[in-house]
Amino acid sequence: MSICPMQAIAVDTTSNRAQVNRDECVECYACYNGMSMERLNPTIIRSIRSLLKLFRLRFDPEPDVCPTSAITPEELSWPRVVRRAFSDPVVTHESTGVHGRGTEEVKTNDVTNRVGVGEVGYVVEFGRPTIGVRFREIEKMTMALSRIGIEFEAKNPVTHMMSDRRTGKLRDDVLDEKILSAIVEFKTTVAEMPVVLRRVEEVAKTLDTVVAVGVSTRCDDRGDSALDSILVDEGFSFVRGKTNLGLGSLCLRERSARSAG
Amino acid sequence: MTNTLHRYGSAESFSDDYIVFAIPARGINDSGAVEKQRRFLEIALKHNPINIGDASHGSALRSSKDLNPVVHWRRDSNRNFTAVLNSIANPTTVAAVFDKPENVVAFLKELKQANIGLSINISGDLEKARTCARSAGIERHSVEYSLGFFGQTDRMADRQTLELSTMCGHGMVSFGLARKLREWVRQGRRSPEQAATTMARFCSCGVFNTTRACRLLKKD
Repeated sequence: MSICPMQAIAVDTTSNRAQVNRDECVECYACYNGMSMERLNPTIIRSIRSLLKLFRLRFDPEPDVCPTSAITPEELSWPRVVRRAFSDPVVTHESTGVHGRGTEEVKTNDVTNRVGVGEVGYVVEFGRPTIGVRFREIEKMTMALSRIGIEFEAKNPVTHMMSDRRTGKLRDDVLDEKILSAIVEFKTTVAEMPVVLRRVEEVAKTLDTVVAVGVSTRCDDRGDSALDSILVDEGFSFVRGKTNLGLGSLCLRERSARSAG
Repeated sequence: MTNTLHRYGSAESFSDDYIVFAIPARGINDSGAVEKQRRFLEIALKHNPINIGDASHGSALRSSKDLNPVVHWRRDSNRNFTAVLNSIANPTTVAAVFDKPENVVAFLKELKQANIGLSINISGDLEKARTCARSAGIERHSVEYSLGFFGQTDRMADRQTLELSTMCGHGMVSFGLARKLREWVRQGRRSPEQAATTMARFCSCGVFNTTRACRLLKKD
Protein backbone atom coordinates (compact mmCIF):
# COMPACT_ATOMS: atom_id res chain seq x y z
CA MET A 1 0.00 0.00 0.00
CA SER A 2 1.41 3.35 -1.04
CA ILE A 3 0.43 5.19 2.14
CA CYS A 4 2.83 3.18 4.33
CA PRO A 5 6.10 5.13 4.74
CA MET A 6 8.02 1.85 5.11
CA GLN A 7 6.10 0.04 2.32
CA ALA A 8 5.43 -2.60 4.95
CA ILE A 9 1.83 -3.36 3.88
CA ALA A 10 1.22 -5.51 0.80
CA VAL A 11 -1.39 -7.94 -0.45
CA ASP A 12 -0.35 -11.55 0.15
CA THR A 13 -1.07 -13.36 -3.13
CA THR A 14 -1.85 -16.66 -1.38
CA SER A 15 -4.44 -15.41 1.10
CA ASN A 16 -5.46 -12.44 -1.07
CA ARG A 17 -5.40 -10.28 2.05
CA ALA A 18 -3.24 -7.29 2.98
CA GLN A 19 -0.47 -8.27 5.38
CA VAL A 20 1.82 -6.13 7.52
CA ASN A 21 5.52 -7.00 7.52
CA ARG A 22 6.10 -6.65 11.26
CA ASP A 23 9.87 -6.46 10.95
CA GLU A 24 9.68 -3.48 8.59
CA CYS A 25 6.70 -1.80 10.31
CA VAL A 26 7.89 1.08 12.53
CA GLU A 27 4.51 1.56 14.29
CA CYS A 28 4.21 5.11 12.95
CA TYR A 29 0.42 4.73 12.72
CA ALA A 30 0.32 6.62 9.39
CA CYS A 31 -2.12 3.91 8.26
CA TYR A 32 -4.37 4.30 11.29
CA ASN A 33 -4.10 8.04 11.95
CA GLY A 34 -3.75 9.25 8.37
CA MET A 35 -6.37 7.15 6.62
CA SER A 36 -10.05 7.93 6.77
CA MET A 37 -12.48 5.07 7.31
CA GLU A 38 -15.90 4.07 6.06
CA ARG A 39 -16.79 1.11 8.31
CA LEU A 40 -18.30 -0.91 5.44
CA ASN A 41 -18.92 -4.65 5.54
CA PRO A 42 -15.72 -6.48 4.46
CA THR A 43 -17.60 -9.35 2.78
CA ILE A 44 -19.59 -6.96 0.60
CA ILE A 45 -16.48 -4.94 -0.31
CA ARG A 46 -14.52 -8.08 -1.25
CA SER A 47 -17.42 -9.38 -3.35
CA ILE A 48 -17.69 -6.09 -5.25
CA ARG A 49 -13.93 -6.02 -5.83
CA SER A 50 -13.93 -9.65 -7.04
CA LEU A 51 -16.73 -8.89 -9.48
CA LEU A 52 -14.93 -5.83 -10.83
CA LYS A 53 -11.71 -7.84 -11.12
CA LEU A 54 -13.54 -10.53 -13.08
CA PHE A 55 -14.50 -7.97 -15.73
CA ARG A 56 -11.07 -6.29 -15.57
CA LEU A 57 -12.66 -3.15 -14.18
CA ARG A 58 -11.20 -0.98 -11.48
CA PHE A 59 -12.87 1.37 -9.06
CA ASP A 60 -10.98 4.65 -8.59
CA PRO A 61 -11.39 5.25 -4.86
CA GLU A 62 -9.81 7.95 -2.74
CA PRO A 63 -6.30 6.72 -1.96
CA ASP A 64 -6.50 7.58 1.74
CA VAL A 65 -9.72 5.78 2.63
CA CYS A 66 -9.90 2.34 4.21
CA PRO A 67 -13.42 1.11 3.33
CA THR A 68 -13.64 -1.58 6.01
CA SER A 69 -11.77 0.14 8.87
CA ALA A 70 -9.47 -2.87 8.83
CA ILE A 71 -6.58 -1.26 10.66
CA THR A 72 -6.76 -1.32 14.43
CA PRO A 73 -4.08 -0.25 16.91
CA GLU A 74 -2.18 -3.02 18.68
CA GLU A 75 -1.16 -3.06 22.34
CA LEU A 76 2.64 -2.81 22.21
CA SER A 77 5.09 -4.10 24.79
CA TRP A 78 8.79 -3.47 25.38
CA PRO A 79 10.94 -3.19 23.30
CA ARG A 80 8.53 -2.87 20.35
CA VAL A 81 6.81 0.10 22.02
CA VAL A 82 10.01 2.07 21.32
CA ARG A 83 9.14 1.94 17.62
CA ARG A 84 5.95 3.88 18.20
CA ALA A 85 7.55 6.39 20.57
CA PHE A 86 10.07 7.31 17.87
CA SER A 87 7.80 7.02 14.83
CA ASP A 88 4.30 8.25 15.64
CA PRO A 89 4.47 12.08 15.72
CA VAL A 90 1.45 12.49 17.98
CA VAL A 91 2.98 10.42 20.78
CA THR A 92 4.78 12.37 23.50
CA HIS A 93 8.21 11.08 24.54
CA GLU A 94 8.03 10.24 28.25
CA SER A 95 11.72 11.11 28.62
CA THR A 96 11.35 14.73 27.48
CA GLY A 97 7.64 15.47 27.51
CA VAL A 98 7.90 16.57 23.88
CA HIS A 99 6.03 14.93 20.99
CA GLY A 100 7.40 14.22 17.51
CA ARG A 101 11.08 13.43 17.83
CA GLY A 102 11.03 14.69 21.39
CA THR A 103 13.43 17.62 21.07
CA GLU A 104 13.14 21.40 21.59
CA GLU A 105 16.52 22.20 19.96
CA VAL A 106 16.98 25.88 19.11
CA LYS A 107 13.26 26.51 18.97
CA THR A 108 13.13 27.52 22.63
CA ASN A 109 16.69 28.83 22.80
CA ASP A 110 15.47 32.36 23.54
CA VAL A 111 14.05 31.03 26.80
CA THR A 112 16.43 28.17 27.69
CA ASN A 113 19.72 29.67 26.38
CA ARG A 114 20.84 26.10 25.72
CA VAL A 115 23.07 27.19 22.82
CA GLY A 116 24.95 30.35 23.75
CA VAL A 117 27.11 32.81 21.83
CA GLY A 118 30.22 31.00 20.57
CA GLU A 119 28.51 27.62 20.74
CA VAL A 120 27.00 25.35 18.10
CA GLY A 121 24.02 23.05 18.64
CA TYR A 122 23.76 19.97 16.41
CA VAL A 123 20.77 17.90 15.37
CA VAL A 124 21.89 14.72 13.64
CA GLU A 125 18.83 12.93 12.40
CA PHE A 126 18.68 9.33 11.18
CA GLY A 127 16.18 7.66 8.87
CA ARG A 128 14.68 10.80 7.47
CA PRO A 129 13.14 11.18 4.96
CA THR A 130 10.99 8.06 5.00
CA ILE A 131 13.85 5.55 4.96
CA GLY A 132 13.80 4.40 8.58
CA VAL A 133 16.68 3.27 10.77
CA ARG A 134 17.55 0.64 13.36
CA PHE A 135 19.08 1.73 16.65
CA ARG A 136 22.13 -0.40 15.78
CA GLU A 137 22.99 2.15 13.05
CA ILE A 138 22.43 5.11 15.36
CA GLU A 139 24.79 3.55 17.89
CA LYS A 140 27.62 3.52 15.32
CA MET A 141 27.33 7.31 15.12
CA THR A 142 26.94 7.96 18.86
CA MET A 143 29.96 5.81 19.70
CA ALA A 144 32.04 7.48 16.98
CA LEU A 145 31.06 10.93 18.26
CA SER A 146 31.83 10.04 21.86
CA ARG A 147 35.37 9.13 20.77
CA ILE A 148 35.94 12.77 19.81
CA GLY A 149 34.69 13.95 23.17
CA ILE A 150 31.06 14.77 22.44
CA GLU A 151 28.67 15.08 25.38
CA PHE A 152 25.10 14.26 24.43
CA GLU A 153 22.13 16.47 25.27
CA ALA A 154 20.48 15.11 28.41
CA LYS A 155 16.95 16.14 27.41
CA ASN A 156 16.84 13.98 24.30
CA PRO A 157 15.05 10.65 23.71
CA VAL A 158 18.08 8.93 22.10
CA THR A 159 20.27 9.91 25.06
CA HIS A 160 17.68 8.21 27.27
CA MET A 161 18.22 5.02 25.26
CA MET A 162 21.93 4.99 26.13
CA SER A 163 23.25 2.46 28.62
CA ASP A 164 26.53 4.42 28.78
CA ARG A 165 26.38 8.11 27.91
CA ARG A 166 30.15 8.43 28.08
CA THR A 167 30.73 5.93 25.25
CA GLY A 168 27.46 6.48 23.37
CA LYS A 169 26.47 2.82 23.83
CA LEU A 170 22.75 2.18 23.42
CA ARG A 171 20.70 -0.43 25.31
CA ASP A 172 21.18 -3.90 23.81
CA ASP A 173 17.47 -4.71 23.88
CA VAL A 174 16.53 -1.91 21.45
CA LEU A 175 19.36 -2.26 18.91
CA ASP A 176 17.32 -4.24 16.37
CA GLU A 177 14.22 -2.09 16.66
CA LYS A 178 13.42 -0.15 13.49
CA ILE A 179 12.04 3.37 13.76
CA LEU A 180 11.06 6.08 11.30
CA SER A 181 13.61 8.60 12.58
CA ALA A 182 15.52 9.80 15.63
CA ILE A 183 17.66 12.79 16.49
CA VAL A 184 20.96 12.85 18.36
CA GLU A 185 21.70 16.26 19.93
CA PHE A 186 24.82 17.80 21.37
CA LYS A 187 26.75 21.05 21.32
CA THR A 188 30.35 22.18 20.92
CA THR A 189 32.26 25.42 20.55
CA VAL A 190 32.17 27.14 17.15
CA ALA A 191 35.87 26.34 16.65
CA GLU A 192 35.18 22.60 16.92
CA MET A 193 32.41 22.58 14.30
CA PRO A 194 34.45 21.71 11.18
CA VAL A 195 35.96 18.61 12.83
CA VAL A 196 32.60 17.45 14.14
CA LEU A 197 30.81 17.90 10.80
CA ARG A 198 33.54 16.03 8.97
CA ARG A 199 33.24 13.15 11.47
CA VAL A 200 29.46 13.04 11.02
CA GLU A 201 29.87 12.96 7.23
CA GLU A 202 32.43 10.15 7.41
CA VAL A 203 30.37 7.96 9.70
CA ALA A 204 27.13 8.65 7.75
CA LYS A 205 28.72 7.01 4.69
CA THR A 206 29.02 3.74 6.62
CA LEU A 207 25.39 3.62 7.79
CA ASP A 208 22.54 1.83 6.09
CA THR A 209 20.30 4.89 6.18
CA VAL A 210 20.19 8.60 5.46
CA VAL A 211 21.44 11.23 7.90
CA ALA A 212 20.08 14.78 7.92
CA VAL A 213 22.20 17.38 9.71
CA GLY A 214 21.29 20.71 11.24
CA VAL A 215 23.44 23.19 13.17
CA SER A 216 22.33 26.14 15.24
CA THR A 217 23.72 29.07 17.15
CA ARG A 218 22.74 32.20 18.98
CA CYS A 219 22.95 35.37 16.90
CA ASP A 220 24.54 38.65 18.00
CA ASP A 221 22.56 41.83 18.73
CA ARG A 222 22.31 42.63 15.01
CA GLY A 223 20.94 39.19 14.26
CA ASP A 224 24.15 38.01 12.58
CA SER A 225 25.37 34.45 12.91
CA ALA A 226 29.02 33.43 13.31
CA LEU A 227 28.34 30.19 11.44
CA ASP A 228 27.57 31.64 7.98
CA SER A 229 31.14 32.17 6.84
CA ILE A 230 32.52 29.01 8.49
CA LEU A 231 29.90 26.81 6.83
CA VAL A 232 30.62 28.36 3.43
CA ASP A 233 34.38 27.92 3.94
CA GLU A 234 33.78 24.27 4.85
CA GLY A 235 31.85 23.71 1.62
CA PHE A 236 28.35 23.47 3.05
CA SER A 237 25.48 25.15 1.27
CA PHE A 238 22.34 26.19 3.09
CA VAL A 239 19.08 27.84 2.16
CA ARG A 240 16.56 26.65 4.66
CA GLY A 241 16.45 26.81 8.41
CA LYS A 242 14.65 27.91 11.51
CA THR A 243 14.73 31.45 12.77
CA ASN A 244 14.00 31.93 16.47
CA LEU A 245 12.61 35.45 16.88
CA GLY A 246 13.36 35.81 20.58
CA LEU A 247 9.77 36.72 21.46
CA GLY A 248 9.61 34.19 24.31
CA SER A 249 12.47 35.93 26.10
CA LEU A 250 10.81 39.29 25.51
CA CYS A 251 7.97 38.21 27.78
CA LEU A 252 10.34 36.75 30.38
CA ARG A 253 12.41 39.97 30.45
CA GLU A 254 9.31 42.07 31.00
CA ARG A 255 8.15 39.76 33.79
CA SER A 256 11.50 39.87 35.61
CA ALA A 257 11.67 43.67 35.21
CA ARG A 258 8.21 43.96 36.78
CA SER A 259 9.15 41.73 39.72
CA ALA A 260 12.42 43.65 40.21
CA GLY A 261 10.55 46.95 40.12
CA MET B 1 10.54 18.19 16.21
CA THR B 2 12.67 19.29 13.28
CA ASN B 3 9.57 18.59 11.29
CA THR B 4 10.09 21.51 8.92
CA LEU B 5 13.88 21.94 8.92
CA HIS B 6 14.88 19.62 6.09
CA ARG B 7 12.31 20.35 3.39
CA TYR B 8 13.77 19.44 0.03
CA GLY B 9 14.01 21.98 -2.76
CA SER B 10 15.80 24.96 -4.21
CA ALA B 11 15.60 28.48 -2.78
CA GLU B 12 13.11 29.31 -5.52
CA SER B 13 10.87 26.41 -4.51
CA PHE B 14 10.49 27.94 -1.02
CA SER B 15 9.20 31.27 -2.34
CA ASP B 16 5.70 30.57 -1.01
CA ASP B 17 6.64 28.56 2.06
CA TYR B 18 6.64 30.21 5.49
CA ILE B 19 5.84 28.27 8.64
CA VAL B 20 5.48 30.24 11.84
CA PHE B 21 5.20 28.21 15.00
CA ALA B 22 4.94 28.71 18.75
CA ILE B 23 6.39 26.38 21.34
CA PRO B 24 6.65 26.50 25.15
CA ALA B 25 9.87 25.48 26.93
CA ARG B 26 9.07 22.62 29.27
CA GLY B 27 9.28 23.65 32.90
CA ILE B 28 9.99 27.32 32.10
CA ASN B 29 7.05 28.94 30.35
CA ASP B 30 4.62 26.08 29.78
CA SER B 31 2.13 27.07 32.45
CA GLY B 32 -0.96 28.50 30.79
CA ALA B 33 0.47 27.39 27.43
CA VAL B 34 -2.88 26.13 26.13
CA GLU B 35 -4.42 29.59 26.24
CA LYS B 36 -1.27 31.16 24.76
CA GLN B 37 -1.25 28.64 21.92
CA ARG B 38 -4.91 29.31 21.19
CA ARG B 39 -4.18 33.05 21.15
CA PHE B 40 -1.32 32.45 18.69
CA LEU B 41 -3.64 30.62 16.29
CA GLU B 42 -6.44 33.17 16.71
CA ILE B 43 -4.03 35.94 15.66
CA ALA B 44 -2.73 33.77 12.80
CA LEU B 45 -6.24 33.29 11.44
CA LYS B 46 -6.57 37.04 10.90
CA HIS B 47 -3.72 36.89 8.37
CA ASN B 48 -4.89 34.23 5.91
CA PRO B 49 -2.86 31.13 6.74
CA ILE B 50 -3.26 28.24 4.31
CA ASN B 51 -2.98 25.63 7.06
CA ILE B 52 -2.76 25.54 10.84
CA GLY B 53 -2.16 22.71 13.26
CA ASP B 54 -1.59 21.49 16.78
CA ALA B 55 1.13 18.83 16.79
CA SER B 56 -0.73 16.71 19.34
CA HIS B 57 -4.22 16.78 17.87
CA GLY B 58 -4.05 17.46 14.16
CA SER B 59 -4.41 20.06 11.48
CA ALA B 60 -7.15 21.93 9.67
CA LEU B 61 -7.16 19.11 7.13
CA ARG B 62 -7.49 15.76 8.84
CA SER B 63 -8.71 12.23 8.35
CA SER B 64 -12.19 11.13 9.39
CA LYS B 65 -13.05 7.85 11.07
CA ASP B 66 -16.65 7.82 9.93
CA LEU B 67 -17.01 8.60 6.23
CA ASN B 68 -19.91 7.99 3.92
CA PRO B 69 -19.13 6.10 0.64
CA VAL B 70 -20.23 9.21 -1.30
CA VAL B 71 -16.85 10.62 -0.29
CA HIS B 72 -15.27 9.02 -3.37
CA TRP B 73 -17.23 11.44 -5.54
CA ARG B 74 -17.71 14.41 -3.22
CA ARG B 75 -14.82 14.87 -0.83
CA ASP B 76 -14.95 17.81 1.55
CA SER B 77 -11.62 19.65 1.23
CA ASN B 78 -12.51 22.63 3.40
CA ARG B 79 -10.11 23.50 6.18
CA ASN B 80 -11.63 23.17 9.63
CA PHE B 81 -9.77 25.87 11.56
CA THR B 82 -12.28 25.80 14.42
CA ALA B 83 -11.55 22.12 15.08
CA VAL B 84 -7.87 22.94 15.59
CA LEU B 85 -8.62 25.79 17.99
CA ASN B 86 -11.04 23.65 19.98
CA SER B 87 -8.78 20.62 20.24
CA ILE B 88 -5.76 22.30 21.88
CA ALA B 89 -5.56 20.62 25.27
CA ASN B 90 -1.93 20.48 26.37
CA PRO B 91 1.39 22.32 25.90
CA THR B 92 2.54 21.44 22.40
CA THR B 93 3.73 23.07 19.17
CA VAL B 94 1.18 25.05 17.20
CA ALA B 95 1.92 26.17 13.66
CA ALA B 96 0.51 28.37 10.92
CA VAL B 97 1.59 28.10 7.28
CA PHE B 98 1.60 31.13 4.99
CA ASP B 99 2.23 31.47 1.27
CA LYS B 100 2.72 35.26 1.15
CA PRO B 101 5.49 37.19 2.97
CA GLU B 102 3.25 40.23 3.54
CA ASN B 103 0.88 38.06 5.58
CA VAL B 104 3.81 36.78 7.64
CA VAL B 105 4.99 40.33 8.37
CA ALA B 106 1.51 41.45 9.44
CA PHE B 107 1.18 38.37 11.64
CA LEU B 108 4.59 38.96 13.28
CA LYS B 109 3.79 42.61 14.01
CA GLU B 110 0.62 41.62 15.80
CA LEU B 111 2.35 38.75 17.62
CA LYS B 112 5.07 41.07 18.89
CA GLN B 113 2.47 43.46 20.22
CA ALA B 114 0.45 40.65 21.83
CA ASN B 115 3.60 39.35 23.61
CA ILE B 116 2.02 35.98 24.29
CA GLY B 117 5.07 34.55 26.05
CA LEU B 118 6.00 31.59 23.86
CA SER B 119 9.04 31.06 21.65
CA ILE B 120 8.15 32.00 18.07
CA ASN B 121 10.08 30.60 15.11
CA ILE B 122 9.89 30.94 11.34
CA SER B 123 10.84 27.91 9.31
CA GLY B 124 11.72 28.59 5.69
CA ASP B 125 14.32 30.28 3.52
CA LEU B 126 16.67 31.85 6.08
CA GLU B 127 17.14 35.14 4.25
CA LYS B 128 13.44 35.55 3.54
CA ALA B 129 12.61 34.79 7.17
CA ARG B 130 15.12 37.39 8.34
CA THR B 131 13.66 39.97 5.95
CA CYS B 132 10.14 39.28 7.26
CA ALA B 133 11.32 39.56 10.87
CA ARG B 134 13.09 42.87 10.22
CA SER B 135 10.03 44.24 8.44
CA ALA B 136 8.12 43.51 11.63
CA GLY B 137 10.80 45.22 13.75
CA ILE B 138 12.35 42.01 15.10
CA GLU B 139 16.00 40.90 15.03
CA ARG B 140 16.45 37.14 15.13
CA HIS B 141 17.71 35.59 18.38
CA SER B 142 18.98 32.21 17.19
CA VAL B 143 19.20 30.39 13.91
CA GLU B 144 19.29 26.75 12.82
CA TYR B 145 20.61 25.72 9.40
CA SER B 146 19.64 22.66 7.40
CA LEU B 147 22.84 21.24 5.92
CA GLY B 148 20.97 18.57 3.96
CA PHE B 149 21.28 14.81 3.67
CA PHE B 150 24.29 12.53 4.00
CA GLY B 151 24.88 8.77 3.90
CA GLN B 152 22.88 6.44 1.65
CA THR B 153 21.13 9.19 -0.28
CA ASP B 154 20.62 6.81 -3.22
CA ARG B 155 17.82 5.27 -1.13
CA MET B 156 15.88 8.54 -1.32
CA ALA B 157 13.20 9.23 -3.90
CA ASP B 158 13.53 11.48 -6.96
CA ARG B 159 13.57 15.28 -6.59
CA GLN B 160 9.88 15.95 -7.32
CA THR B 161 8.73 13.22 -4.92
CA LEU B 162 11.09 14.50 -2.22
CA GLU B 163 9.83 18.07 -2.60
CA LEU B 164 6.32 16.83 -1.79
CA SER B 165 7.09 14.10 0.72
CA THR B 166 9.46 16.14 2.91
CA MET B 167 6.73 18.70 3.57
CA CYS B 168 5.84 16.36 6.42
CA GLY B 169 9.21 15.99 8.13
CA HIS B 170 7.80 13.29 10.37
CA GLY B 171 7.59 11.10 7.27
CA MET B 172 3.83 10.61 7.27
CA VAL B 173 3.62 11.47 3.55
CA SER B 174 5.29 8.39 2.11
CA PHE B 175 7.31 8.36 -1.09
CA GLY B 176 4.76 5.88 -2.43
CA LEU B 177 1.78 8.18 -1.82
CA ALA B 178 3.55 11.23 -3.26
CA ARG B 179 4.59 9.25 -6.37
CA LYS B 180 1.10 7.84 -6.83
CA LEU B 181 -0.57 11.25 -6.57
CA ARG B 182 1.96 12.84 -8.96
CA GLU B 183 1.08 10.07 -11.43
CA TRP B 184 -2.66 10.55 -10.91
CA VAL B 185 -2.36 14.29 -11.56
CA ARG B 186 -0.43 13.60 -14.76
CA GLN B 187 -3.12 11.12 -15.83
CA GLY B 188 -5.88 13.61 -15.07
CA ARG B 189 -7.38 11.33 -12.39
CA ARG B 190 -7.02 14.00 -9.68
CA SER B 191 -6.52 17.76 -9.75
CA PRO B 192 -3.37 19.22 -8.15
CA GLU B 193 -5.59 20.69 -5.43
CA GLN B 194 -7.16 17.30 -4.64
CA ALA B 195 -3.77 15.60 -4.58
CA ALA B 196 -2.29 18.28 -2.31
CA THR B 197 -5.21 18.01 0.10
CA THR B 198 -4.91 14.22 0.26
CA MET B 199 -1.24 14.48 1.23
CA ALA B 200 -1.96 17.26 3.76
CA ARG B 201 -4.38 14.98 5.66
CA PHE B 202 -1.46 12.73 6.62
CA CYS B 203 0.51 15.60 8.18
CA SER B 204 -0.78 15.75 11.74
CA CYS B 205 1.18 18.91 12.67
CA GLY B 206 -0.56 21.01 10.00
CA VAL B 207 2.67 22.21 8.38
CA PHE B 208 2.06 20.71 4.93
CA ASN B 209 1.96 23.60 2.46
CA THR B 210 -0.83 22.91 -0.03
CA THR B 211 -0.06 26.03 -2.11
CA ARG B 212 3.52 24.87 -2.68
CA ALA B 213 2.35 21.31 -3.34
CA CYS B 214 -0.15 22.49 -5.98
CA ARG B 215 2.50 24.60 -7.66
CA LEU B 216 4.96 21.69 -7.72
CA LEU B 217 2.32 19.28 -9.03
CA LYS B 218 1.29 21.67 -11.82
CA LYS B 219 4.93 22.09 -12.85
CA ASP B 220 5.61 18.33 -12.76
